[in-house]
Amino acid sequence: MKTPLSWLKDFVDLEGINLEELAHTLTVAGLEVEEIHYIGLPMPSGLQQTKVSGLSWDPEKLVVAEVREVGPHPNADRLVLCRLFDGEQEHTVLTGAPNLFEYRGQGELKPPLKVAYAKEGAEIYDGHQEGMHKTVLKRTKIRGVDSYSMVCSAKELGISEEHEGIIFLPESAKPGTPLADLLGDAVLTIAITPNIARDANIYGVAREIAALTGRALKPMPTDVQAAGPKIDGAVKIDIKDSELNPRFVLGMLHNVEIKPSPDWVQQRLRLAGMRPINNIVDATNYAMLELGEPLHAFDYDVLVQRAGGKTPTIITRPAKQGETLTTLDDVERKLDDFTVLVCDTAGSLSIGGIMGGLESEVTETTRNVLLEGASWNFINVRKTLVAQRMSSEAAYRFSRGVHPAMAPRGVSRGLELMRQWSGGVVDAGLVDEYPKPAEVVQIAISPADAKRWLGVALSNEEMSKILIALGFEVKLQGDGLLVTVPDHRLDIETGVVGKADLMEEVARIYGYDNIPATRIADALPPQHGNPPLELEERVKDLLARMGIQEVMTYRLTSPEEEARRLPPDTAPDDKPYVKLANVISQERTVLRKSLLASVLEIAERNARQRQRIALFEVGPVFHASEETLPDELQRLVVILGGQQQPADWQAADSAAYDFYAAKGVVAELLAGLGLHGLQYEPGEHPSFHPGKCARVLAGERQLAVFGELHPQVQSQYDLGAHTLQAITLNLDVLGELVPERFDSRPVPQYPPVIEDLALVVDESVPAGKVEAMIAQTGGNLLAGVTLFDVFRGDKIGAGKKSLAYQLTYQHAERTLTDDEVAKLRDRIIRRITQELGAQLRA
Amino acid sequence: MENLQTIREQALAALNAVHDLDALEQWKVAQLGRNAALTQALKGLGQLSAEERPLAGKQANEVKLALEAAFDEKRNALEGARLRQSLSSETLDVTLPGRSIALGRLHPITQTLRRINAIFAQMGFQVYRSRDVETDEYNFLLLNFPPNHPAREMQDSFYVEGGAPDNPTLLRTHTSAGQIHAMREYAAKGPGNPPPIRIVLPGMCYRFEQVSSRSEVQFTQVEGLAVGENITFGDLKGTLTDFAQRFFNANVRTRFRASHFPFTEPSAEMDVECFVCGGSGCSVCKHSGWLEILGSGMVHPNVLRNGGYDPEKYSGFAFGMGPERLTMLRYRIEDIRYFWRNDMRFLEQF
Repeated sequence: MKTPLSWLKDFVDLEGINLEELAHTLTVAGLEVEEIHYIGLPMPSGLQQTKVSGLSWDPEKLVVAEVREVGPHPNADRLVLCRLFDGEQEHTVLTGAPNLFEYRGQGELKPPLKVAYAKEGAEIYDGHQEGMHKTVLKRTKIRGVDSYSMVCSAKELGISEEHEGIIFLPESAKPGTPLADLLGDAVLTIAITPNIARDANIYGVAREIAALTGRALKPMPTDVQAAGPKIDGAVKIDIKDSELNPRFVLGMLHNVEIKPSPDWVQQRLRLAGMRPINNIVDATNYAMLELGEPLHAFDYDVLVQRAGGKTPTIITRPAKQGETLTTLDDVERKLDDFTVLVCDTAGSLSIGGIMGGLESEVTETTRNVLLEGASWNFINVRKTLVAQRMSSEAAYRFSRGVHPAMAPRGVSRGLELMRQWSGGVVDAGLVDEYPKPAEVVQIAISPADAKRWLGVALSNEEMSKILIALGFEVKLQGDGLLVTVPDHRLDIETGVVGKADLMEEVARIYGYDNIPATRIADALPPQHGNPPLELEERVKDLLARMGIQEVMTYRLTSPEEEARRLPPDTAPDDKPYVKLANVISQERTVLRKSLLASVLEIAERNARQRQRIALFEVGPVFHASEETLPDELQRLVVILGGQQQPADWQAADSAAYDFYAAKGVVAELLAGLGLHGLQYEPGEHPSFHPGKCARVLAGERQLAVFGELHPQVQSQYDLGAHTLQAITLNLDVLGELVPERFDSRPVPQYPPVIEDLALVVDESVPAGKVEAMIAQTGGNLLAGVTLFDVFRGDKIGAGKKSLAYQLTYQHAERTLTDDEVAKLRDRIIRRITQELGAQLRA
Repeated sequence: MENLQTIREQALAALNAVHDLDALEQWKVAQLGRNAALTQALKGLGQLSAEERPLAGKQANEVKLALEAAFDEKRNALEGARLRQSLSSETLDVTLPGRSIALGRLHPITQTLRRINAIFAQMGFQVYRSRDVETDEYNFLLLNFPPNHPAREMQDSFYVEGGAPDNPTLLRTHTSAGQIHAMREYAAKGPGNPPPIRIVLPGMCYRFEQVSSRSEVQFTQVEGLAVGENITFGDLKGTLTDFAQRFFNANVRTRFRASHFPFTEPSAEMDVECFVCGGSGCSVCKHSGWLEILGSGMVHPNVLRNGGYDPEKYSGFAFGMGPERLTMLRYRIEDIRYFWRNDMRFLEQF
């Protein structure tokens, strides 16, 4: 909300208060000042607690001056020359301001015109350039006449965007007076959070300032000079649903003259961000900005005409579904049944609390004004705003809640302003229908509450002082206070919630800074870990230790993007996506089903500039489920490609990541988690090369699938020359398998016997089977079996392969004899040759 | 016996002419070997009389020891010289780059999350995680956002197709959704007398927002919650100031501003003194000297009640912070999109 400083001063004395400090005080108390826009007043230098904008007027260079004579320019019809006195000396100033032309050639002006005068070197806004751009006034020659200073328009001073002519100052302004002293102002932009909706008006902010600074708040301006007859009988009100419209108030003003508002009113409205229209509409806006009660002005004579010359009746009721109304913005609106209408006997007039209708609005010919102030159910206003995609200053306030007590105050203020600005006569009294009076809210609080919530000892007196400054009524009751909530607030509830509400008020005015910081004295809760998270962290650490980089990716994706992880002709799986109902981008329409696709996207992004791709991510995938909420399944994906070691100036190219490199990562990861004895067997997965894919089983359960990506998948990503290996692992299964602990093995004290064994077997015999049989046959005395070479070639014969193992024989308690080793070796060889058809290679 | 002296002098003279280890080895063979004059002389001792033998033997031994000592000394000198020569020829260009090592790193957000979790763990806060996809009930309603409440406008949500009309399914807009899960889980452990709570809730959150350098459709958040019979706003200030001083630096000052969140009351934003400029004003803190770090407040009585904790008896505080923002401030990262874009040239810096 834009809050002009000059307007605040109507209600609270700000003399001697530094503007920056004031803004900071408001900010820490919950009225965040987002920006201070300076209009002439001196701006701070150095630290800016609050963002600032605008222009300061140099007190030496921007002053009041009087124009004593306006004469023609010798060489230009569209320019005039002013003889001007700046308090020290006379100058000749050249200008094209159209509103000076009428004074041309009148000789000495009596009285002289008071203007805003900018001297050479003054910083002002460029009046001729579109938008607001600062410029410094320089000496020049225009059409042969020296020009080094100027008389200013509102735009040049930053008061408004008006540049049609120069501004005139009051006759009383003394030449030489710094302009900032006379006209300087600033506008505070305050963020209104939902809990301070009551402060979306000048008086509300002034009340907060008064409470925060300890200064007096002037009374709310609600007096009205009503010289007319009593309003009774001029209009009737019929409220159909008091839940939707708890109060409706009307006032009347006769014989108005529709014209522009006084300049200072227009100026205030502009500073507050509203466009001046005419004196009647401006009065409704001014009163709303000042007190927070939106008003609506009807042309009374139109209503009488619509009522066939009889007394008009204002009816409020919900719209019929599909009913239409053309609003002030000239849009025909189709309404819903939750929208509340203001009608008369002839039909609808306006949307309650949001916007007037075209037909009954105030026009230049309006003579008699009926002024509405009402109270509306904020939920219906909100729903209507959403359904109609509308917004208005009135709706902004009503959709956040305005207390019904504000209705007559707003109407009175509006009538008085209209009277002052239009010459009209106000009828005595108001027509006030109030079928659903607001409840009076009372809460008991005590110093114990402050101690419990805030941790600070506050006396009843201290709390009272704060609450009274904010408009609460307070009386002592027992050990504490009985607090009555003022009738401009809807945000304070009863009971324990009300206590919390009041503690917030006390705390923010007392000052958060003044509440001492303490450490928790309450008992420490029972401590327990988070095993799934701890497992994930172990997995991440193990993979990072293997030189693999962690990534974190978007969990929102599109089915098209994810489809790339499968060959083009793959049948779609039957797991449905979790789809977004409101999509912000076609790239993010669903929650991901595949972590593989997410990491592949990242591999693709990095492939072109990397010789080595080694990435992993731990994160959830989402499967829609029969239940309300989808399954969220924790997965690990590793992608490997290119060189296993990064290149440098010395080393030759290292080996590339291949299937076995990926398998090594799987094996080290599982071993690092204390998992042994898992089975590896050929796997099937559409994303993988059918011959280079394995799965890892723990009994019947599949823990992981890994291998080389299917060539058709690779070709769907822009991967440069890389061939990628991938590992996908189910962390939920892993969590169930990883042992809490394991037994370590003692380091052998006796020397092992190490020997090599080379076996020739058919290609069809898997190496894993050979190794398993060796290990099983070797039993406890065979401490290790390590494959160190695989060889194929003519010497061996077609369809055969040679597998060379290093066997480590070891006894825990003594040195093995040659004889024992020989026997064990023979047993192993016999079994392998008999059962697997292996031959010992010489 | 002059013979022995001659042997000695001649041998030492010959040693003087030795300048490399090969020649030294030859000298050794010539002077101390089987056929050396000295060896012959020692062998000849047996022919001497019993009276002459001890003296002659002693003298011969002295010569032998002297030659051996001279040999050791010469060898040390020559080996030292050879080592010095070889060292001087082996000088490397130490300015050549070191060998590349494939270092795996954790994502910067993981690193920040771990830091946050670790600091709070030391204050007794344990990690509680909950789901990404939530119901309106848990994400809003039970957190004191009534339907059609203006506060809901502050958080634009992604809704999921197929949710219940009166309780839509959505992607959580804050990890606060986990607060109710946690409180209810704890409260169920001690019906009528629920245990105190001290937890942090890290997780991914989602907002219906256009992606820009300053906002993302998904972001991580760490929520914190402390509930007990004696938890005050002062404890909130103290705990979060302790956190800030651990996370940023030991002397950093904090300041609390009144704010509004539907699920806390009173609510506060915490700022820390800008750690880039030390509070004197710079571009990072937009010349204010302060940085906005987190939102916090005393848990709203309605939220306590919804979680199964009687607000007449229990109180608590909650807070929420954005690891991305903390990471961006710490490393002066200009664009939030770097995090999920995962360019290695970015990730490898952490």
